[in-house]
Amino acid sequence: MSTPVISDQLSNATVPTESSGKPIRGPRALDESWSRFWHLSYNIARSEFKLKFFGSALGYLWQVVRPLLLFGVLYIFFVKIFHVNRATGAAARFYGAQLLASIVLFTFFAEATSGAVRSVVDRENLVRKIQFPRLAIPISVVLLALFNLGLNLVVVMIFAVAAGARPMLSWLELPLIILMLSVLATGVAMLLSALFVKFRDISPIWEVLSQILFYSSPVIIPAETVREKLICDTSPPSIASCKTHGTPMKVITDGHINYVYKHAGLDHFLYHLYTLNPLVTVFQQFRHAMINRATLSAGQIMGSWTALIEPLALVSVIFLVGFWYFNRSAPHIAEDL
Amino acid sequence: MIVPPAETSASGQPALAAREIHKRFKIPEERTHTLKERALHPLRRSRHEELYALKDISFAVAPGEFFGIVGRNGSGKSTLLKCLAGIYRADEGKIWCNGRMSTFIELGVGFNPDLAAYENVALNGIMLGLSPREARARFKRVIEFAELEEFQDLKLKNYSSGMHVRLAFSVAIQVDAEILLIDEVLAVGDAAFQQKCFDVFNRMREEGRTIVFVTHDMSAVTRFCHRAMLLERGEMVSIGDPRDVADRYLETAFGRASTYEGDDVSSARMGDGMARVSDIWLGDDRGEHRTVAPQSEPLTLKALVTFNTDVLDPAVSMSLHNEQRLPVVVATTAKDHEQTGSFSGGEQAVFAFSFHNMLAPGRYHPIITITHRGEGLDVIDRYEGGASFVVSGVTASGGMVEIPVQTDVTRYGLLPKGQIETAGGPR
Repeated sequence: MSTPVISDQLSNATVPTESSGKPIRGPRALDESWSRFWHLSYNIARSEFKLKFFGSALGYLWQVVRPLLLFGVLYIFFVKIFHVNRATGAAARFYGAQLLASIVLFTFFAEATSGAVRSVVDRENLVRKIQFPRLAIPISVVLLALFNLGLNLVVVMIFAVAAGARPMLSWLELPLIILMLSVLATGVAMLLSALFVKFRDISPIWEVLSQILFYSSPVIIPAETVREKLICDTSPPSIASCKTHGTPMKVITDGHINYVYKHAGLDHFLYHLYTLNPLVTVFQQFRHAMINRATLSAGQIMGSWTALIEPLALVSVIFLVGFWYFNRSAPHIAEDL
Repeated sequence: MIVPPAETSASGQPALAAREIHKRFKIPEERTHTLKERALHPLRRSRHEELYALKDISFAVAPGEFFGIVGRNGSGKSTLLKCLAGIYRADEGKIWCNGRMSTFIELGVGFNPDLAAYENVALNGIMLGLSPREARARFKRVIEFAELEEFQDLKLKNYSSGMHVRLAFSVAIQVDAEILLIDEVLAVGDAAFQQKCFDVFNRMREEGRTIVFVTHDMSAVTRFCHRAMLLERGEMVSIGDPRDVADRYLETAFGRASTYEGDDVSSARMGDGMARVSDIWLGDDRGEHRTVAPQSEPLTLKALVTFNTDVLDPAVSMSLHNEQRLPVVVATTAKDHEQTGSFSGGEQAVFAFSFHNMLAPGRYHPIITITHRGEGLDVIDRYEGGASFVVSGVTASGGMVEIPVQTDVTRYGLLPKGQIETAGGPR
């Protein structure tokens, strides 16, 4: 074997002072190639999906059965025993499908966010050994939840049609509704997954928070009921128009117009807080546009369409903060694990 | 035959270069992992020590060069590789590369045991930056190289460990990257597997790929690398010819380690103590207390013995153990000098063992035993604390020793036709 010969141009001491070629800057949330990021996120999600599918005897059935079971329990306890649903007539007929819809949408949100919490830490092995856009990890969790949502929505629509819903133009709103929910879930997922690397108690904190969100979103208790209780002094029949603090508004009525003003203060504040929750907007609009047009739309719940700016702005802020924090943490995730 | 990468580097552009790389790790004294700790002590900045993992590292790798990074555990070599790979961000300095780069820090990273080989390979390819189509195309080559075509739909958890390694290795080497960063973990496994790794390294080198290889296997460095760099405590202490770097490494690594071992083992010695081995070292006209013994050169091992009382005709024997703790060479003075003479208390003597070094590259540990004249079972002292030394060399055929072997081929004529089958010929 001969002695290796090496070009004199690159002898030991000479390191070019001018950098030429592709700089290596270390790990980041995203790299130059969007297609790589997309393929990676999509394929991680896809293989996880397959794992669930083939992993158990009943396979994907579980994914559908879980929300249905929750639905069954909630329906029996809250509707049949506690009579949470105060609607009558057509509204009552659609309550079941709407309850299931909210459960399924919330399941998506919970899967995407709770699943993301540990995601980066659980993939430590990859993070420490391969250079790839780090953001692909939480995004793949959201994508996986989105696949599940797609399947579950089929079941929801079967329920809706069985309850009497017929195809309508407002079904075209579905992509927008899902988009808003996905952007929200993605923002939270990015934030939580990066925070968890440094603060391990994010996990129990988020468990509690998502429980709170579950009960403070129109899942069991429709937004109409909350609205009645907090800002409208209505006498039956249930839904009536109302007047917010200082500003009267026009709302659909069933023929009864009761402009009754109840005590403002705390209740109003609580209601405002309630409507700020982007999940209220999403769930309510889904109930309205996809299942029963007679249900109040998100805009009606807010008081006016322009008021929707608030939850939409909140979603944008959460998304941007989530991205900003993840992007900031990405270079050091491998070291902080 | 080594292809000198001079032509490809004619442009003067390095394949990979780093300038003034610094990397610090913060090691918190008490890691605050919970918000409660943060909340209870909001003002207390979490104190941390700064560990300098890399200090001012600059180097350039020419296209087609096989470049070794060596150093002891904790010297920063893996950190450097991770910085080059973009897994860690260097705190200061610049790194840049020309060409597609691929990193192998571990075999089978990201393999999921519940997925079939196809899924795993495709996913792995996408992680390395291939498009799904490229990843699918690569799958064929990977599965062929691993010779696992029949098992491609089998879940990985049902693979034998051998199949698993074959697949992982095949994944690692079936890349189109021009620059490969390889950590030493690739070279784990049994001897046959290592040989396969080395064959692949040789092939890659001949193909003119640029390879940066982290290891502490000095024989691999001297066999493959065009150039090497030695890191110690995050600093570059040597760069250049792999043999010089290897020698330097062995001096720093084992020179220091051996004195420690000596202190450690000396307490547990056997024998009646009429004499004691005070020191063992490698020494000849090239110098005393060397830690590296070049292959196919004379080698002399010396033992300093101090006699506590009068001893008549002691026999001193040396046995040289390799890394697997197997004795490779055993020799005794009783063979040539049955009557070594009489030594009086307080006297010192050096017993030397010389032979032509035909050992395989690796680390060797000498053990010296002094016995009374006779059957050799009456032990005066057995000393295991001698400095281990390393045999450096380019020939490592796989055997424990590298004895010159002559080969010869003699034609013996043709067999009569009818006998070919019975003679075990082609069936």
